Amino acid sequence: MSEISLAQQKFLLAQKKHRRTVAAGRLCIFVLFLGIWEGAARLNLIDSFFFCSPSGVALCAYDMLMDHTLFIHAGVTLFETISSFVLTTVLALLTTIILWLNKKISETLEPYLVILNSLPKSALAPLLIVWLGANYNTIIITGISVAVFGSVLSLYTSFQSVDPEKIKLIKTLGGKKYHILTKVVLPANIPALFAVMKVNIGLCLVGVIIGEFISSRQGLGYLIIYGSQVFKLDWVIMSIVILCLLAWGLYSLLSHFEKRYLKRIS
Amino acid sequence: MEKLMEIRHVGYSYHTMQGETPALHNINFTVHKGDFLAIVGPSGCGKSTLLSLLAGLIEPEHGSILLYGQKLFRKAGGTIGYMLQHDHLLEWRTIEKNVLLGLEIQNKLTPAAKERVFDMLKTYGLYKFKNARPSQLSGGMRQRAALIRTLALEPEILLLDEPFSALDYQTRLTVGDDIGTIIKKEQKTAILVTHDLSEAVSLGSQVLVLSKRPATIKNVIDISFPENISPLERRNLPEFKDYFNKIWKELNDNE
Repeated sequence: MSEISLAQQKFLLAQKKHRRTVAAGRLCIFVLFLGIWEGAARLNLIDSFFFCSPSGVALCAYDMLMDHTLFIHAGVTLFETISSFVLTTVLALLTTIILWLNKKISETLEPYLVILNSLPKSALAPLLIVWLGANYNTIIITGISVAVFGSVLSLYTSFQSVDPEKIKLIKTLGGKKYHILTKVVLPANIPALFAVMKVNIGLCLVGVIIGEFISSRQGLGYLIIYGSQVFKLDWVIMSIVILCLLAWGLYSLLSHFEKRYLKRIS
Repeated sequence: MEKLMEIRHVGYSYHTMQGETPALHNINFTVHKGDFLAIVGPSGCGKSTLLSLLAGLIEPEHGSILLYGQKLFRKAGGTIGYMLQHDHLLEWRTIEKNVLLGLEIQNKLTPAAKERVFDMLKTYGLYKFKNARPSQLSGGMRQRAALIRTLALEPEILLLDEPFSALDYQTRLTVGDDIGTIIKKEQKTAILVTHDLSEAVSLGSQVLVLSKRPATIKNVIDISFPENISPLERRNLPEFKDYFNKIWKELNDNE
């Protein structure tokens, strides 16, 4: 380590300091937020019946952890989100491949896809529940319906933007459409697929919560709606916090896979 | 010499909703085994269209292209190698996987074929980079890798579409020399499209001069230099500038 020059040492030190400042700032905001909230509730500056308090929420979470209801609700939501996420990704990819393979189909379907994508999908949820019944499947399908059309549109756009010269290359090597798809179009679009998947995690969660709002006996969405109706606001706030954690966890997991992929190809 | 490819009265037009743009008109020539045919012409005259036709990627509207007396369209896979303007090495593949791409597509990835490609990598100084990514190679090395990818399928004819145009001048000279020597060594027939006249003279055994769009053949100039002289050495011989001037005149002669 004696090789490192003074200027380099200085630079590294400055970088370290910068990172520390940012981390300290983040922690500060978190602690300050909880502190003010807790303080205001205890000093009766805010009505803790409506606004709860961090300690109240923590206590509520502890109780629900002890009787395992928390696991059930969070687990149901997680299961539904992951199912709809996986199905959305598979469905979107397959649809995009079919559209890419056949220009006639893609041009015919384009206006319908655009309309379905712009439609506020929460409007579909009540209909889905009437048609399909109040069960997991309906909620998973609601999640899919929120994410799938946008995914197809953005994947199709990026399939279209593959360098035509690379496609020509495969043709000059005697490749058919199948080879163009597997050797160039799919591998070139893995970064785009990751980008779509990152958006879909959030969208599927939205769809699942909408589904749970309308009809369910379990899940964080149910807990939020039921909690707000019976004024158990600590349930509502706790559910929102857990939703934040779920979204963050799923997103980080995906980022981790993306980084691993990028590392593998460079 | 053996006739390899015959181009008979070939014509081609592009069609859009706005109308028809003729690109090639009544093109006739014959390619013999061992030829190095250079095609020059003003920019946008349809040179690349001609190569796409010769590669069997598109079908001529008029006339026919015969390879060993057989119609070529869409049957070219493997017998005709095509080097594009850029190397188009796929970034998600290693150099090894890139040069084997053609064999992979044609289901010809036998141990013997692989061995042959590895020998080429060794001969042309890329073997130790076989696990590297394309971005880790210099422009000249990338172009060599692209040539090996093309040669891996053992094509009868090599089509070169301004394969050096993306390189800087110095690299261009050395890579041109490199590739010219490799093609000679592997005893391939080649057709080079370029707008660089000195490139055409330094590499070609025949130069075909095209007119403005719609392109017709203006003249065919035979180039002869002493045997066993590299493309780079050709540039220093007195005949070089005579050929250059002759082609230059031919191109700028708007009768």
